[in-house]
Parts: sequence; C-alpha cells; structure tokens
Amino acid sequence: MRRGLGNEMNHHIARPEHLAHHFNDTEQQRESAKLGMWIFLLTEILLFGGLFLAYSVYRAWNPDMFYNAHKHLDISLGTLNTVVLISSSVTMALAIRFMQIDKKKHTAAFLLATLILASIFLVVKYFEYAHKFHLGQLPGKYYTYTGIEGTNPHIFFSIYFAMTGLHGIHVIAGMSVITWLLIRTMKGAFSSSYYTPIELAGLYWHLVDMIWIFLFPLLYLIG
Amino acid sequence: MKDVKMDITAGRNYLNETKGWKSWAFTLDHKRIGILYLASITVAFFLGGIFAMLIRLELMHPGRDIMGPDTYNQIFTLHGAVMIFLFIIPGIPAALGNFTLPLLIGAKDVAFPRLNLTSYYIYVVGAIFGIYSMVTGAIDTGWTFYTPYSTQTSTGVVSMTLAAFILGFSSIFTGLNFIVTIHKLRAPGMTWFKMPLFVWALYATAIIQVVATPVLGITLLLLILERVFSIGIFDPAMGGDPVLFQHFFWFYSHPAVYIMILPGMGIISELISVFSHKKIFGYNAIAFSSLGIAFISFLVWGHHMFVSGQSELAGMIFSFLTFLVGIPSGIKIFNWLATMYKGSISFETPMLYALSFLFLFTIGGLTGMFLGAMATDVHLHDTYFVVAHFHYVMMGGTVMAFLGGIHYWWPKMFGKTYNYFWSVVAAILIFIGFNMTFFTQFILGSKGMPRRYYNYLDQYQPLHAFSSVGSWVLGLGFLIMAVYLIHSLLKGKPVGNNPWGGLTLEWTTSSPPPTENFSETPKILHGPYDYDKIAVEPSI
Repeated sequence: MRRGLGNEMNHHIARPEHLAHHFNDTEQQRESAKLGMWIFLLTEILLFGGLFLAYSVYRAWNPDMFYNAHKHLDISLGTLNTVVLISSSVTMALAIRFMQIDKKKHTAAFLLATLILASIFLVVKYFEYAHKFHLGQLPGKYYTYTGIEGTNPHIFFSIYFAMTGLHGIHVIAGMSVITWLLIRTMKGAFSSSYYTPIELAGLYWHLVDMIWIFLFPLLYLIG
Repeated sequence: MKDVKMDITAGRNYLNETKGWKSWAFTLDHKRIGILYLASITVAFFLGGIFAMLIRLELMHPGRDIMGPDTYNQIFTLHGAVMIFLFIIPGIPAALGNFTLPLLIGAKDVAFPRLNLTSYYIYVVGAIFGIYSMVTGAIDTGWTFYTPYSTQTSTGVVSMTLAAFILGFSSIFTGLNFIVTIHKLRAPGMTWFKMPLFVWALYATAIIQVVATPVLGITLLLLILERVFSIGIFDPAMGGDPVLFQHFFWFYSHPAVYIMILPGMGIISELISVFSHKKIFGYNAIAFSSLGIAFISFLVWGHHMFVSGQSELAGMIFSFLTFLVGIPSGIKIFNWLATMYKGSISFETPMLYALSFLFLFTIGGLTGMFLGAMATDVHLHDTYFVVAHFHYVMMGGTVMAFLGGIHYWWPKMFGKTYNYFWSVVAAILIFIGFNMTFFTQFILGSKGMPRRYYNYLDQYQPLHAFSSVGSWVLGLGFLIMAVYLIHSLLKGKPVGNNPWGGLTLEWTTSSPPPTENFSETPKILHGPYDYDKIAVEPSI
C-alpha cells in the first residue's frame, strides 16, 4: 500500500504493521471492518430473503403438497446437521475467545474443530442429496418421483434445493475462509491486539448457522 | 524534514506520483479508481449512445430502415441493459463518488481500498460477460428480462443476467464501502450536519445499493436456474408464477431508479449553492429528503405492475405510496429554487447543467405522477409516454447532474481548465437536442404509440422523424464535449486549487490532489455552504 512521505513518516514507527495508512488508529480500523461486515451480513439476509419469500408464496398456494413433500426429508439427518452446525458456532466463538487471551494454539485447535464440523455437515448433506437424486425427487422438469400427492410437488424440491444449495455454497465459502485463518493463526499473524479477521469470520459463520436454523424447521418440520 | 515537505507538495500529485500501467491496474487510491470507473462508464455511455442512435435511425420511417425486427429487439435491449447496468448505476457513485467522497469528508481514502479496487474489477468482469453476451446472440427480452419470454427466447439470457448479477456485487461493495467510510472516516469536526449534501446523497444511495441489490441477485439467480434446470418457479406451465418474477425484479429495480437519481440530486445541491454564491436553503430538509426517498423507494415497486394482474387494492396502495415520493422530491426542488432566489448566480458550465436538471427533472417527476395514478397509467402504460418520462428523469435528471459534476470537478481531477465557449455550446445543444428527442415522445405516447415496437402507423411518422433529428443534435453536443475535454487533457491550462470559490474540503487541497489527499488532516472551521459568513475568492 502506498504511503505518503513527509509528515506521516514521523509517526510511522508508532503504527502497528496491520494498520492501513488511511486509518488513524487500530480502533477506527477495527470498528470500520466490523461495520462493513454487519452490512455484508445484511446483504446476505436479503439474498436469502428472496428465497424465503418464494417459499412463503408457494407454501401458501400449495399447503397440502408442502406437507406431503416434507415427509420425504429425513428429520433425523436434519436434526443431526442442526446440532453439528450449532456446535460449530460454539467452536468458532471459542476460537475467538482464546485469541483474545493470546492462547493461539487453542484458537488453531478450535478453528480446526469448526472445519471438521462443517465437513460433517456437508457429508450428511451429500447423503441426503444422493438419496433424493436416486429417487428422482429433483427440481422442476427433472422431477420423476411419483409418490407425493398434491399439485406440483417438484416446486417443493426446486425450493428445497435452491435454499439448501445456496446455504451449502455459503458453508463452503466459510470453510475456505476458516482454512485461511487457520494457516494465518499457525503462522502467528494474530494476537490479542489484532484478531479482527477471525472475529469477522465468526460473525459470518454465525449467520450461516442462523440461516440453517430457519431452513431446518421450514423445510423439515412442516406441521 | 521541512525541505522534504516542500519538495513533495510542489508538482507531485496522484496522477504523476507513480507511472506505468501497473500503477493504475493495481492502484488502491480512490481517486485513481474513480478515474478508472470514469473511463469505463464513458465507454459504456458511448456504446449505449450508439445503440440509441441506431434505434432512432430505424424509427425514422415505418417499416425497415436499417435493420430487421429481430435485430431491433436486440438493439433496444442492449441500449437499456448497457445504459442501466454499465453506465447509470455505477455512474455517479462509483466514478464521481469514489473520487470526491474521501475529499469531501477530509479522509485519506475510502474505508476499504482493496474492496474498492475489487469492486472495479468485478465491474470489468461483469462488463466482459455483457459484451460476450452481445457478441454471441444478443438478448432481446428488454432490460427487464420478464418471464416467461426470457425463459423461452433462444438469445443469451444466461450470459446477460449473469453479467447483471456480477455487476450487482460491484454495486453492493461500493455501497458498503461508502457507508462505512461516511460513518467512520470523517475528519475530526466533520459532524453529520457539516457534511456536504452530496455525501448525504451518496449515503442514501449506498443504503439502497446494499439493501436492494441482493434481491436482484437472487432474482437473477432464480432466473438462471429456471433457464438451465427448468425449476418451474416462474413457469406457469409447471405451476410457477411469472408475475412473481416481476415482483422480485421491481423490488430491486424500482429502488435502483433512486440509486440512479439520488447521487445526481446530491451534485445539484452542491452546484446550486456554489454558483448562486449563497448558503443552501434548507440543508436539513434536503439531507433528510434523500433518506426519505431511499425509504419510500422500497415501497412502490408495484406501480410497474398496474396492468400485470395484481389486485386492485394492491394497486391503490402502491399508487398512493408512489405519490409520496413526490414530497421529498418536491422539497428538494423548492429548496434549490429558494437557494437561487436573490443569489448571485454565475452561469458557469456546471451551473448550466444544474439549471437543465431543474427544468428536465421537474418535467420527468411530474409526468411520473401521471403514471403513478392507476387510471391514467392504464391508458399510458407501455407507450412512449413512459419512455419519455424515464428519459426525462434518467437523462434529463441523472445524466445532466453527472455532466454538471464532471464539469465541476474536472479541474480538481486533472488540474486543467476546459474551453468555456465550446462547453456552453455543447450544454445548449444537449439541452435542445434532449427536448427535441424526448418531449416529442410524450406526445407520441399520449397519442398511443406503444414502446418497443419496430413498426408503427403512418400517422406517427412526422413526430418520430423529429425525435430522430433531435437525437442527432444531442449526439453533436456530446461529440463537441468529447473534443474539448480531450483537448483539455492534452493542452488545458493549469488551474488553481479553488476555481469556483467552493467551501467544501476538496477545494482546499491542490488540483490535482496529492495521493494522500491533504498534506495535513483538514480542520473543519465552517459549514460546507457558509457563503454568508465567508468570502471566497476563486483562484484560477
């Protein structure tokens, strides 16, 4: 990053390495980053909002079909995944907490734990998807299953795959960020005085978790 | 140390400090990124303008003039898509906003310079997708991509919607960056109510960018899924609802109209005050009306769908809410007029564009009221009246403000003056050409000429021909502008720090500014428009 010479040179020595040239102090930088992240999370909610709206519209139009179709989702696997994802939120929070008290090895361990839990989530999701592919419970014109009563059951699976698919992409994105953080943590890039990236990834991860917490009852627990 | 300081302030600026294409391609300086955007959107405007001229040429006479009906459908779609997604949405915020925002609030840069550069490259990637789509079977759905036609046509819907999807991210990141910058990077003493009104406008715009654009993202994603996997959500044959697409689309695209106009209004607030040499009238009212417009913009999308089969009750509610937009817009207009009242107005080029804006935007806004009333809309829907209305708002409003902003900040951006005489000639030609082209279309529309039609009845021919001739006058104005601006870049005379006598912070630093914007953190000694308290001498 380019840095103006002259008057900035005087207090250059006092500036920590991670402080960008256009911020006055680390507090300002940290607050800016956090605000930016919260706004980003807002955009994520609105992105999913469109799908939640589509869900509401089609469920309102086809309540019986939604009820019949949801029985073909595996509640026990869904529950397992919910537990797995909530646990990963806990491990993520612990990773941040340990960095705040400079226990870097603990942070690395809990980041790794978060990654493992996220992987379990995806593996379970894979088995769920594979089963549906096998049965032909697929979106739109690829839907070939015949065992669900009600009008247009393929719409349910269109929405199911769109929602869980988009969520899954977010899980994968989160995993790549956490992997990067893990490497950086092991290289000693963070400390109790600078751990903003882990904190921001944590915020993002909790949101991904939250979205699942809404997806689970809406898709698996229709009563 | 003092010698070093003298050395760097003399002749060193953001344009000449580093050299070579890499210093531009990888720059994190908001000013250079602003210039990169400015160059890109100028190319897009030129491209969209050529499409517009082709449309007008084809419509000179009924039947075929220069192209067949299918090509015509593609050309008007490309005109709309290029102008909206590549020019007018990024236009003022990403180009002029990027350049001026940190200067206006006394900051060294935007909050996230890397994200800023990223958003530029995302824009470039989106533009490449768009151009790819044009070359390989250009889309013919109109820029609104309405289903079910957009899921059936054989043209490149996926590549064009993917382009718009990608461009959306660019817009979101710019908005996010600006919100954080305005919240966190204001210079000491720069309180919210000492911010220039352009900053308020950018803030309101950024909120819409951040809140509305993700919805467009998911809409286009669903459209792509619909086309590629036939998921059936928008396809009536499979139990889907094409009108749902319209709801989704306009939930973004109506607020997007205010992404286009709000920053323009912000520029006008600056211009009117500076060139009337008078304190802005109703600062708070103008600032809050920007936020008011941003808020109402989310509640009016249904007025695009009065004839799409939505319920009458919904139509009435949307109609009522639409009228509400007139209140904050009117507040702005009257405050600008009150600022000019008894002011000492100088007719510099930027002010000519500000005055054009006042005339044209008022016409555009008032005709919007016609269209917001359900009974009139049923008559005027999808006619040239609508085309004329939104061109008065988008071109008569946003583009005039954009041109005013370019002429206003040009000396700051490049440190050069441009030819006054030719700039006035261009401004007048653009004003006349614009009205010839588009006022005619109000008449055409009220006589029943439908929009987007390739062919028409003989009775409309004289008006169509007049409109087409107007487009040549308009084109000539832009041609002259291109010549004198390029001449200014090459041979323009150097200009002082404050050529217009403005009180906002960008005029306190050198022209062009140094890379770090200000040699010292600026002190806020007065409000942005305190012309009643402080006498500023322009320094040419």
